[in-house]
Amino acid sequence: MANFGVVLFPGSNCDHDCYYAIKKVLNQNCNFIWHEDTDLNGIDCIVIPGGFSYGDYLRTGAIARFSPVMNSVAEMAEKGTPVIGICNGFQILVESGLLPGSFLHNSSLKFVCKWINARVENTNTPFTYNLTENETLKIPVANGEGNFFISDENLKDIQSQVVFRYSDSNSNTTGNSNPNGSTDNIAGISNQNGNVLGMMPHPERSFEKIVGSDDGRKIFESVINWIETKN
Amino acid sequence: MDEINKRQFAKDHGLTDEEYKKINYKLKREPNFTEIGVLGAMWSEHCSYKSSKIHLKKLPTEGPQVIQGPGENAGVVDIGDDDCVVFKMESHNHPSFIEPYQGAATGVGGILRDIFTMGARPVALLDSLRFGNPKLPKTKFLVEGIVSGIAGYGNCIGIPTVGGEVYFDDCYNGNPLVNVFALGIAKKDGIFKGYAEGIGNPVIYVGSKTGRDGIQGAIMASDTFTEESEQKRPAVQVGDPFTEKLLLEACLELFKTDIVVGIQDMGAAGLTSSSTEMAERAETGLEIDIDKVPRREENMNAYEILLSESQERMLIVLKKGKEDEANKIFKKWGLDFSVIGKVTNTKKLTIIENGETVCDLPIDLITSDAPMYDRPFEKPAYINELKKINLDEIPEPDDLNESLLEVLASPTIANKKWVYEQYDYMVRTNTVTGPGSDASVIRIKDTNKAVAITSNCNSRYCYLNPREGTKIAVCENARNLACSGAVPLAITDCLNFGNPEKPEIMWQLKESIEGMAEAVNALGTPVVSGNVSLYNETEGTAIFPTPTIAMVGLIKDVNKTVNQWFKDDGDVIILLGDTLNEIGGSEYLKVVHNKIDGLAPKIDLIKEKALIDTLIECANESIIKSAHDISEGGLAATISECCFNPNELKGALINSEPLKENGYRNDVLLFSESQSRAIVTTDKENIQKLKDIAAKNNLSIKLIGVVVGEKLVIENILDVSTKKAYDAWSNGFENTLFN
Repeated sequence: MANFGVVLFPGSNCDHDCYYAIKKVLNQNCNFIWHEDTDLNGIDCIVIPGGFSYGDYLRTGAIARFSPVMNSVAEMAEKGTPVIGICNGFQILVESGLLPGSFLHNSSLKFVCKWINARVENTNTPFTYNLTENETLKIPVANGEGNFFISDENLKDIQSQVVFRYSDSNSNTTGNSNPNGSTDNIAGISNQNGNVLGMMPHPERSFEKIVGSDDGRKIFESVINWIETKN
Repeated sequence: MDEINKRQFAKDHGLTDEEYKKINYKLKREPNFTEIGVLGAMWSEHCSYKSSKIHLKKLPTEGPQVIQGPGENAGVVDIGDDDCVVFKMESHNHPSFIEPYQGAATGVGGILRDIFTMGARPVALLDSLRFGNPKLPKTKFLVEGIVSGIAGYGNCIGIPTVGGEVYFDDCYNGNPLVNVFALGIAKKDGIFKGYAEGIGNPVIYVGSKTGRDGIQGAIMASDTFTEESEQKRPAVQVGDPFTEKLLLEACLELFKTDIVVGIQDMGAAGLTSSSTEMAERAETGLEIDIDKVPRREENMNAYEILLSESQERMLIVLKKGKEDEANKIFKKWGLDFSVIGKVTNTKKLTIIENGETVCDLPIDLITSDAPMYDRPFEKPAYINELKKINLDEIPEPDDLNESLLEVLASPTIANKKWVYEQYDYMVRTNTVTGPGSDASVIRIKDTNKAVAITSNCNSRYCYLNPREGTKIAVCENARNLACSGAVPLAITDCLNFGNPEKPEIMWQLKESIEGMAEAVNALGTPVVSGNVSLYNETEGTAIFPTPTIAMVGLIKDVNKTVNQWFKDDGDVIILLGDTLNEIGGSEYLKVVHNKIDGLAPKIDLIKEKALIDTLIECANESIIKSAHDISEGGLAATISECCFNPNELKGALINSEPLKENGYRNDVLLFSESQSRAIVTTDKENIQKLKDIAAKNNLSIKLIGVVVGEKLVIENILDVSTKKAYDAWSNGFENTLFN
């Protein structure tokens, strides 16, 4: 059984959803980590959930990166522990420098909540270890500043780190399937090692068919499998 | 301050000469400056319900399922197994007109506090919005601002906005309506109330600091609008959803201890109303040292602090000696915590400022002595001028396909995705049915249950006939819930009306409340909470009477939830209920013929109950695959919406013979808004079972067609591709408002 830790910042609001998905649906160990805690020993996978840390009153994720817990997260990431940042968690990882790029307001200038398809681009990460390249996952997005931006020049360098792209249900990365204007339809990206993943769609919201889809579960099942194999 | 100035000051606070005299008489002295402020706010229409109270008493509020009826921060209803739902709807009309973003945002914040102050974790929001003519620039400005205000607050605090309604009508040109509903889940033994009990117990202030925002907000909300109203912008509060999120988590953590005696949020009239209402319920007094109230601005006096409507604040009475234990929790969440006073046995609200008593008023004077008026009412002249529509005067359109497309594209009927995609409707991962179906369905984790919620009010019907229109609003909610498979439990309401000092408006209010009482009695869904918003008038023109009703129902097995979309080709389409010649007040008449006229549809409460019972039984027996109630746009719009399955567009082939039995015109068959009807689909094998259930309930049932193909065809009447209908419906909202 894997030990998950869900980091809790003031203003996180998908913390309970992640906890429920991991603990109740997948029957794994799961604990909350308060943003002032620094001891992450024994945790197999760190989850930075979505929400509005510190209200997102400054740039999204810009204050949370200074929380004491983030130094420990960086250390664990360096050692190879899987870390997943979802939505606001992705923004915090980018602000912390653990992932490349930056975020802009959605191209519509409005918050957007809807179902999208995320095409799997890369199976060399603990989170996509069980998945198949080019398969699509039906997962929702819910963001106001989810427009992932990276310059053309840097985009070339990170191609191998792209983990998910917005696509239609037939795996075509069209303009219409991109909900927020992200560069090159990028929906999720990893660090060079592959153990740190940031993604804008919310896999924890698609864990059970009764709420619309259980595709998001595959990402967590994958990391559990990876952890078990490694141990 | 001399007496004349004081009288003027009292007038400025909405107190009439009569009311001011009563205060002097009861108090046996003249009130001071601060006391006039307190009484002005608490005797305002908004806080005292002085015009509506006498009629509100007619509403049924009890039932075996009711744990807490009106009078607390929110109603509480039993859903079995020690679980209960806590819910309420409230209006934020006046602030939203003056400052749409903040007005709507703080409407969300306020109703959420009403829920979690009861000990419940909020899990869902609904918004019932009404705007003026969609072509007016002001309407676009209000739609943008109000929708983004709701999104800004709800998304940030992480409570899903799972549904609601958006209507457009010219009557709201100068006065939009923002009615926000919130629902929370709690355990039966985990309910907290606003009681200031236990003499000597400490009174605690937690949350945001107090500023000068929102002073006199309750008084503003009790007045009509003129051109000068926009100058009242400082009376609108500013929302901080991040702080409210912290306050929510801190309060829920506090409730896990056993040290809370009573708690209430500071809503309209701020510290004044929360303190007096808590003392009133416990029949105690409160002494508050105003200097201990945390504030964000310098040199605020007692008057300003008492009447500020700064958001995200709570008043708590703790068990004596437990201050440190509570303080620790609020400190962890970075919130202000201050012991500001104590519970007394004086039955008075005593406010101390710099060691001096600046307010010393009997609680009774502030609350139960507030005036209650039996205002005169009179049937308005326009009601007598309404006539049965003479169909001969209305030309039947040559192309009913075109009429259907027009009706589907009307922003009142069209797809609201422009609105709801701005709301996070999935956070908390409970949303089984989100925006766009008849009722929104939220599963309850760790159980097999779900709650269904919906809100409705067709104010055009209420204008044409306030009594029938309000009955219809109640019934449509129950029908929506039944379509999802839920058993209706109870309602909450927002009564939005014009100036009650006008007898015609008072008549609308009285008729509406009496109609609501009739329907509620027939359906067994008591009123457990709500509010009244009067003076919805601009430059003397009132809105249509708009008694918005939200209803909550229970689905015992979440896996039996039904939604409105057609599922499989070959499924049989069935019409439940009777179609009558009722196009008065219809969307068709307005959109295609530009008329708001005629008689509102009639409602037969016995037939309605028969339909509701049938729908619930069919869902329980799992013999229907979809169910959609027939409302605005009639049969044609309803069947179209059934075809707009988000997974795959469907087609329908309808036999017009069974529809034509009564010999009505084709446009009547398509667009009549007769009540107590629904479209359901089923497998061939289940037809007989369905017929048996309908027969048992004495409900008429007609097999009218099958789900098939990619077109919507009603033989010899209508023939349009589903894609074309979908495009009209899907783009209608944005095209009308923003292109």
